[in-house]
Amino acid sequence: MLEPINVSLESLNLITLAPMLIAIAGGLIILTIDLINKKLDKTLYVMLTLLILFINFGAVLGLNVNERGFFDVMLIDGISIVSQLMIIGGSMIFIPLALTSKRFHEFAYPEFFALFLFMIAGFQFMAASDNLILIFVGLETASLALYTLIALHNRANSYEAAVKYFTMGAMAAGFFAMGSAVLYALTGSIELYKIAEIMATRMSETGLMIAIFGSSILLLVAFGFKLSLFPFHTWAPDVYEGASAPLAGYMSVVPKVAAFVVSIRIFGMYIDLGLEWVRWTILILAVITMTLANVMALVQDDVKRMLAYSSISHAGFIMAALALDTTEGNTAIFLYYALFMFTNLGAFAMLWISRHKVRRFHKRYDHPFEKFAGLIQIMPMGAVIMAIFMLSLAGVPPFSVFWGKIYVMQAAVNAGYIWLAVIMGLNSAVAAYYYLKLVVYMFLKDPVKSVDIVYYNISKPLMVIIGFATVATVTAILYIQPLVSYLYYMISASGY
Amino acid sequence: MENILSILVFFPAVAGLLGFVVTKESIRAYGIAVTLVVFLLTLWLWFSFDMNNPGIQFVEMIPLIPDFGISYYLGADGISLFIIVMTALMTLIGMASMGETKNIKNMIISLLFLEMTMIGVFVALDAIIFYLFWELSLVPMLYIIGAWGGPLRVYASIKFFLYTFTGSLLMLVGMLFMAYIYHNLTGVWSFAVTDWYALVLPVDYQIWLFAAFFIGFAIKVPMFPFHTWIPYAHGQAPTIGSVILAAILLKMGTYGFVRFSLPLFPDASVMAITPIAVLSLIMVVYTAMIAYAQKDMKQVIAYSSVSHMGIIMLGLFAMNAEGLGGSIFQMLSHGIVSGALFMLVGMIYDRRHTKLLSEFGGLASVMPKFAIIFGVMLMASVGLPLTIGFVGEFLVLLGFYKVSPMITIIAGTSIILGAVYMLRVMKLAFFGPLNNEANQKLKDLNARETWSLVPLVAIVIWLGVYPKPVLEPINNSVNALLAFMDEKAITKEAKDMIHVSNSFESGRPTLSIAGGK
Repeated sequence: MLEPINVSLESLNLITLAPMLIAIAGGLIILTIDLINKKLDKTLYVMLTLLILFINFGAVLGLNVNERGFFDVMLIDGISIVSQLMIIGGSMIFIPLALTSKRFHEFAYPEFFALFLFMIAGFQFMAASDNLILIFVGLETASLALYTLIALHNRANSYEAAVKYFTMGAMAAGFFAMGSAVLYALTGSIELYKIAEIMATRMSETGLMIAIFGSSILLLVAFGFKLSLFPFHTWAPDVYEGASAPLAGYMSVVPKVAAFVVSIRIFGMYIDLGLEWVRWTILILAVITMTLANVMALVQDDVKRMLAYSSISHAGFIMAALALDTTEGNTAIFLYYALFMFTNLGAFAMLWISRHKVRRFHKRYDHPFEKFAGLIQIMPMGAVIMAIFMLSLAGVPPFSVFWGKIYVMQAAVNAGYIWLAVIMGLNSAVAAYYYLKLVVYMFLKDPVKSVDIVYYNISKPLMVIIGFATVATVTAILYIQPLVSYLYYMISASGY
Repeated sequence: MENILSILVFFPAVAGLLGFVVTKESIRAYGIAVTLVVFLLTLWLWFSFDMNNPGIQFVEMIPLIPDFGISYYLGADGISLFIIVMTALMTLIGMASMGETKNIKNMIISLLFLEMTMIGVFVALDAIIFYLFWELSLVPMLYIIGAWGGPLRVYASIKFFLYTFTGSLLMLVGMLFMAYIYHNLTGVWSFAVTDWYALVLPVDYQIWLFAAFFIGFAIKVPMFPFHTWIPYAHGQAPTIGSVILAAILLKMGTYGFVRFSLPLFPDASVMAITPIAVLSLIMVVYTAMIAYAQKDMKQVIAYSSVSHMGIIMLGLFAMNAEGLGGSIFQMLSHGIVSGALFMLVGMIYDRRHTKLLSEFGGLASVMPKFAIIFGVMLMASVGLPLTIGFVGEFLVLLGFYKVSPMITIIAGTSIILGAVYMLRVMKLAFFGPLNNEANQKLKDLNARETWSLVPLVAIVIWLGVYPKPVLEPINNSVNALLAFMDEKAITKEAKDMIHVSNSFESGRPTLSIAGGK
């Protein structure tokens, strides 16, 4: 006779699932509202999404550190809480950017907002689990939703971008599945902490190295795609170009935070097992990524593509911090993204307000450099704000990204990688050139032609978001201390 | 007012922000008023400064990011005090004499922000705060060169920015490594320079760190072979840009050597004496020769300014009170003299829209006031006794003579070479027949121009005749610095070098003799 399965509700610890459930329920509510009344405006959906994210944020804040739940597949440790907060925070900055003064196709559909919430739930699952299957499910949920969001931007190159991203994403998913399968074959487990334990005991066995090597390479390729590391970065500029500007900015931050959390869990494990070549592979990839992307960014004619390459370069920067595998290195990842988020989303939002229906300046590009020529004369405040974002990205103190940069470099120095800090410094110097290029266009050149409507798309909510990003960028020096001590506490509490 | 340094830093910045409200017609008066207030505040700083105390005064410290060890930490000693006063003075006079009218509002606001960053560099005692102001000073200067400069202005401004930025990022790595060592030895994070002073580092560490800081500072000075950005910057910059660049921004580099390199790495500094002396010699002689070959009046001044920076570098590495004190005095005199010369060239450029020497000749007969003031400044630049230029140059050469007579003799030729190219300018521009039609109706200096230059002439002569009030506080701090370096040095060579030089006059501070001149 079968034993009745006896699971007490308490042992499930369902509170660990609450944040994702809120996002999913919110998405369903939006779909239901649309079923009842089809004539509702995007403003309603934007605000509803914002409120749902707000509740979600609160639910994450209420979680206790180091808990497991739902048959122990959920893992709520410090990095999962921190990363979920960042994912939701980034989304809350992104979603009001839908409220442009001009009508854009994709925001007319409530499905956009539902998909958006499902995607966030997917990212949260990725961040809050060390079960390879659940991570895979979260990854796919989020990615499929994201492909659709890109394609909704209703332009030929948006479809191209979505298909390109989809193909690459599917490849990455395949590699992830194969890598996980090898790990399962090695250890008989899909829980990362068990995998680590079993692998540690079998490290000395002959012949096992090949399998470990294979699994690490497969997983590295998978996350190389997701994090746009060399040589898997080629999709990024085209996808960013095809996606709408705010979504491109969003993609340069939020999905990467989720992917970094998983990378910390997986590759941190490999490095902790004493596999130095994993560390060196990541370091070399990171160095090539930041250098190559910087060089590519130098020759771009389009600001959006330039920012795409710059995001790749920043990802390389952070990947190097991951390879250090110290608490400081891991803190640096989150600190950097927390600061980078405001500046980069702000910069993409500035592109968004100047987006026209037709390309007025260039056959192919929406945002060629010429478009911003003489912006100081047309829109002084906008030019100053954009210049602040650019200087911040270049790492000029006291703006936000500078503090992330010195924290990453300090972490590299502390771990004994002074050469890495030097390479980072030199790369920042190279990067300064292309950021300056935009500043030079805005401040030192004369307007090209009838540019009276560069700020075509501006509206009050967009101004609020940009203002918020500017304040966060400029006053970083004042909130770095609490931010760092919080992040450091959370990350050391979860043992990374 | 114990927090006068904070006021000095933030007053120009706040004024710059408020300046956005002032209308275009009144902004020049606003700018002059603000910089005048800053200058008066620096005078107050000077008079409330305890001259007998060689240490750091007016210290302010607020922890900003305790986890990194970064704090808002300001202070001034005898070395930085006069550079701060000079900064305020040159900004005021530069602004008062400025002939620009295009986009004047943006210019004034940029200058006010620039003044904040410049004062910030000279009062910061926390490495990160120092770096913050150091980098931030590039931005307004980029705009000033790029927006008001000559035809190649964009190229020149980007070259200026990238050169300095690259160097300073390597310096930043050095700073981070320094903090890491401090953390390893003490268990606490700190970026405070005074905390770092307490560290005694192994020699190989010192050499690498010295190299990292050297790149940052040497590009700013600019030392040969990192000087290639400066002809473009000076050649393209508007008058006010060149004045600020030559008078103040270049001093950040030499000041950095005094504040960081010498006291932090005494052994490496002593080892670096010969290479740096050679580079400085090349700077002095080579740029003097280039200056002679120039056809453009402004380029002559630009190269002569670089040539004199070589003398300053030589003095910094003399490792004795005469050399170091003289070098700091020379920073002030160089600031005032080269600033004034750039202003003068700017004034003639405003009238004729050319700076080519071949266009001029016989100007002394139509512009007597201009010629007299130019003559005084030129003599001061050459180092004529009883002008400000003599004191510093003489002390530097005297100081370095104890290190290496040979190098000193070669460096001494700079006075001769300086006289050669400067007198050539004098001859071509002011004497000879007044042939050129366009020059015959030139107006002499107007009241604004005259009154912005007369104070500088007065200072040039006053400090040339009686430098003691300035030299003495500098000297106190310099002696304290040298005694500290001597105590801290670990290699015998370094101890000998610093010690020997000091004990030349039986261990007593020697500048009282020179000061009385």
